[in-house]
Amino acid sequence: LNAIVGTVLKLGDDIDTDAIIAARYLTSMDTSSLTEHVMENFDPTFKMRLKENKIIVAGRNFGCGSSREHAPLVLKAAGVQAIVAENFARIFFRNSINIGLPALEAPNASSSFNEGDRVRIEIDRLEVRNLTKGICIGIREFSEPVLSILRAGGLVRYLKAKGKW
Amino acid sequence: VGMTLGEKILATASSRSSVLPGEIVTCDIDLLMLHEITGPLAVQVFEEMGFKKVWRSEKVAVIFDHNIPPSDVNSAQQMKFMRSFVQKQRIERFYDIGRGGIAHQILVQEGLAKPGSIVVGADSHTCTAGAVGALAVGVGSTEAAAILGTGKMWFKVPSTIRIEVTGEVKEPITSKDVILEVIGRIGASGALYKAVEFSGEAVSKMSIGARMPLTNMAVEMGAKTGLIEPDEVTYKHFQSLNESVEVVTSDRDAAYEQTLSFNSSEIGPKIAVPFAVGKVTNVKDAEGQRIDQAFLGSCANGRIEDLRIAARILEGRKIHSRVRLLVNPASMKVYKQAVQERLIEKLVDSGAAVCCPTCGPCLGMSQGVLAANEVCISTSNRNFVGRMGDRSSKVYLASPATVAASALAGEITDPRRFWN
Repeated sequence: LNAIVGTVLKLGDDIDTDAIIAARYLTSMDTSSLTEHVMENFDPTFKMRLKENKIIVAGRNFGCGSSREHAPLVLKAAGVQAIVAENFARIFFRNSINIGLPALEAPNASSSFNEGDRVRIEIDRLEVRNLTKGICIGIREFSEPVLSILRAGGLVRYLKAKGKW
Repeated sequence: VGMTLGEKILATASSRSSVLPGEIVTCDIDLLMLHEITGPLAVQVFEEMGFKKVWRSEKVAVIFDHNIPPSDVNSAQQMKFMRSFVQKQRIERFYDIGRGGIAHQILVQEGLAKPGSIVVGADSHTCTAGAVGALAVGVGSTEAAAILGTGKMWFKVPSTIRIEVTGEVKEPITSKDVILEVIGRIGASGALYKAVEFSGEAVSKMSIGARMPLTNMAVEMGAKTGLIEPDEVTYKHFQSLNESVEVVTSDRDAAYEQTLSFNSSEIGPKIAVPFAVGKVTNVKDAEGQRIDQAFLGSCANGRIEDLRIAARILEGRKIHSRVRLLVNPASMKVYKQAVQERLIEKLVDSGAAVCCPTCGPCLGMSQGVLAANEVCISTSNRNFVGRMGDRSSKVYLASPATVAASALAGEITDPRRFWN
């Protein structure tokens, strides 16, 4: 997997999927049209922040709440390249991996990054480097089939290539 | 070493003699549920994956509930899209508007979720079906698409937290107060990736309908699922549906990660304050907070037990002039029973707007969206920022009794004030 390089958009604990994309927009079957509403309940300035910073670093329980896959889809469509969090709500985690958006668990994520820090993620080496602060933290190893799904770029490609589980 | 109920189900479904927490297993799915919001995306991905035919049409249930009847053209299109899929795939377990109700209620009420089976739904509250001893988990649309095509899904075997509730829950305290107390203690992510098994004398005395809020809100503490061992109450439920079910329970020497005990006689009316389900306090401490709306419904609490207790509090009284009370029975069957028991009459006489079964108000889709700065007390299960409408609106989560009492007083009120 290629290294992911960018700057950090910092979020806190328990970011829920209603915050990421409100239910009132879920009646659209065209998820790419939803990006203008990304995180609108949570922070109306989010879209501005996202223009510069495309790697989300967050605290605990990222993506809790509703199972709406629109949440990782809208983040991905809005340009988010990866999410590093202390841990994820399980449905969001699976959704994210299934659509090919790297969701990386790093126990020390929150305290190691500030908004705007430059970051380099190497999934193969299980590390996230804060280039601004000159520190490096570990990410939790993936179990199978999670890593293979991520390598394939998502579950659609994984299943198409493999034909079955 | 023995296995928990959840471990046994995962072992059976993956054709193993045993499983251990942390192992990854691929399981055969007994039932897959789709609704009209996550369903269309799942169907699109199913086609993108190259699948033509669902693996077993009799194992798929399509239930419209989130925004019914449709409030706009987009929503109507979603339903039209799903109806065409249902027809093309010859899916017989299809619950259209007026035929079903809230998916999680239907799965249990109609006996689709069976003890010992694996139920997967493209909705986070699918864990509700654990109330009858199924291993029930929520997933997203791509995962659901893969199941539609293959009938399988991988699971990481969760460790299990056992919640023991002793004593007896006595009205106007309900199982909703119990689960709020549990979430308040465990926290919004305290059970992350784990299974939560509810047991104890208080749970065994509860009806299936009263058990469902417990498993329903397991996901609000991060749990993968909530489970209750099938017992006499469970068997009677399936007997009434003319269904025979297998006995699957946890082994006496099953290994639990931890056991937490709760004494129901020490649990009073509880409330989760904005903007987190884990921010639980006593209703007494929130009393006096003015409300604009009260909502009785959702997959957490729209059942006959809930309508009964609300009607008992509201009977012969009028709700506060400033407040609107919305009631959405969880299913058409519950609605009909409430008509037969004359509960609807009592609710309407008190000033309630009784609407059709839907998730609508709970997630701010339809039938009760909040305006700026409005406050709602709700029997639903989420109080996140903007959950029921404008981002400045607020949602407090409580029991049906607390919601009814608060609707009368126009402010958050301990239901014991109206209980005689």
